[in-house]
Amino acid sequence: MKITSELNAMYAFVERSFSLIRRYIAWEAVFLFYNVVNTLTIGLIGFTVNDPAERSEMVLFLVVGALFWGFMSVLFEEVANSITWERWEGTIEYTFMAPIRRVTHLAGMCMFAVLYGIFRTVVVLTAVALFFDLNLEKSNLFSALSVLIVASPAFMGLGLIAAVLPLLSPERGTQATHIIQGVILLVSGIYYPVTLLPGWLQPLSWISPGTYALESARAALLKGATLSDLWPQLLILVVIGAVLIPFGLWIFSVAEKYAMRTGKLKRNG
Amino acid sequence: MTTQTIEKDSEQANRPSDLPESPVAISCRQISKTFYEPVKGSRSWKNGFLGRKRPLKAVDQVSFEVFQGEVFGLLGPNGSGKSTLIRLLSTLLLPDSGRLTVFGYDVSKDQHQIRRFINRVSVEASFFKKLSAMENLRYAARIYGLPQEEGREKALSILSRLGIDQEKAHTSLENLSRGMQQKVAIARALMTSPTLVLLDEPTTGLDPKSKRDVQEFVEEVMDTHDATIILTTHDMDEAERLCDRIAIIDHGQIVALDTPQGLKDHVGTNSMEEVFFRLTGKSWEDVLADENHE
Repeated sequence: MKITSELNAMYAFVERSFSLIRRYIAWEAVFLFYNVVNTLTIGLIGFTVNDPAERSEMVLFLVVGALFWGFMSVLFEEVANSITWERWEGTIEYTFMAPIRRVTHLAGMCMFAVLYGIFRTVVVLTAVALFFDLNLEKSNLFSALSVLIVASPAFMGLGLIAAVLPLLSPERGTQATHIIQGVILLVSGIYYPVTLLPGWLQPLSWISPGTYALESARAALLKGATLSDLWPQLLILVVIGAVLIPFGLWIFSVAEKYAMRTGKLKRNG
Repeated sequence: MTTQTIEKDSEQANRPSDLPESPVAISCRQISKTFYEPVKGSRSWKNGFLGRKRPLKAVDQVSFEVFQGEVFGLLGPNGSGKSTLIRLLSTLLLPDSGRLTVFGYDVSKDQHQIRRFINRVSVEASFFKKLSAMENLRYAARIYGLPQEEGREKALSILSRLGIDQEKAHTSLENLSRGMQQKVAIARALMTSPTLVLLDEPTTGLDPKSKRDVQEFVEEVMDTHDATIILTTHDMDEAERLCDRIAIIDHGQIVALDTPQGLKDHVGTNSMEEVFFRLTGKSWEDVLADENHE
């Protein structure tokens, strides 16, 4: 297949998913409203700090955590739930018997996840910026955006690995993806420094891409860190992404073969 | 011919160049497929709470050939193995043993090549039901590698032939009748000019008018397309009317394979229902009752 055909096929998933969002617009509005309120609630915890300077920093610390976690969750969920979604709609057999490479299919879902994640993050960021009088004078927004981009492949890779679960176990797989997401939330220092974790849990934070993404984003937004300050964390994120994406694709292809052998590649599991 | 009619010549022009010239479209040799069902109440500490599973032979040493341009019917009661065969042909399932080829390509190894030649209409229209017919067809056109303009023109032409106007084409599919949805499913399958069309109970559950419309459309496809068609159905008249040859399948095995007239002559009756009853031991009422219980 030519590159243009592959790109066209990849875009099919982006276009289809945005069309579905448009059709489920009421759900979308509710999810966005919840996201905004959730981020504001977390930011308001910062107001428990008495000192105004520390309070502002604390609010920003928490809001950055909520925003980045929101973005990374969208990436992870959209990729991880792509199989569940197809099964729920009853289109899994149609999509899987189409003459497209699985890598094209999954890349399309990843591309949609990034665009959708950016859209949601911008909406929430706008609402948060209007609600809190955030002081971003010291912030390096370019570095923060770079962190977002560099961290994305690692979360897509985790999503690909998690997407295998609904393929293997149609009934319980989706729930199992929440376990992975929950563990990342716990160990990545989204709302607190990872040094607060019990010693036995801390090694998990070392392998979570969330840890490096959050550390870098906070350094960029709270302390104005430049890319040259952040390169060690960014390099780790690149390495994690470079490992997780091929691993995710490989494990997905193994799981697809297993599903084809055992008859699980169907709408009703 | 009008633009709304599908031209056989243009179909032949679209025929993939790497399609073998052999007259055999499908070769199925000693194909078997077993599934494993969990046994209720069998979880215990002895088996690590994984439970026991019992084998369920869905397809058992099945062999047949389908020739290019043929309409081949698969008839059988529920659970006889029809759908498993269709899913094996759709490259959604791998056989346990035997060899199954589609246009010379092996379903176990050459899925990507086979997928370029086939399309399927299943008993339940597998659509994004919140999306419109056009949105679903645009998605199909993109994943099947059709240029957008060509895909759009083909979709509109086939939808129009099926009596689906512009307004309905842009209505959410969940607001269309089952019959209309099934027509869209057929439009989607034909839009990609498949060389092998798998029609898996395309008229089951349709009202009489929609059923007749779909059957007439399948007949038109047979006359105008250079495609091989595999049809599974619960409707004896439909099978007799549309199929060149019919395989009757029961308990995962083909119990008879011949032309409709050949089957009737073999059993010594004039009724396909009688043929079915004599060969499977199941009355048509039993089959329909099974279907209603599913």
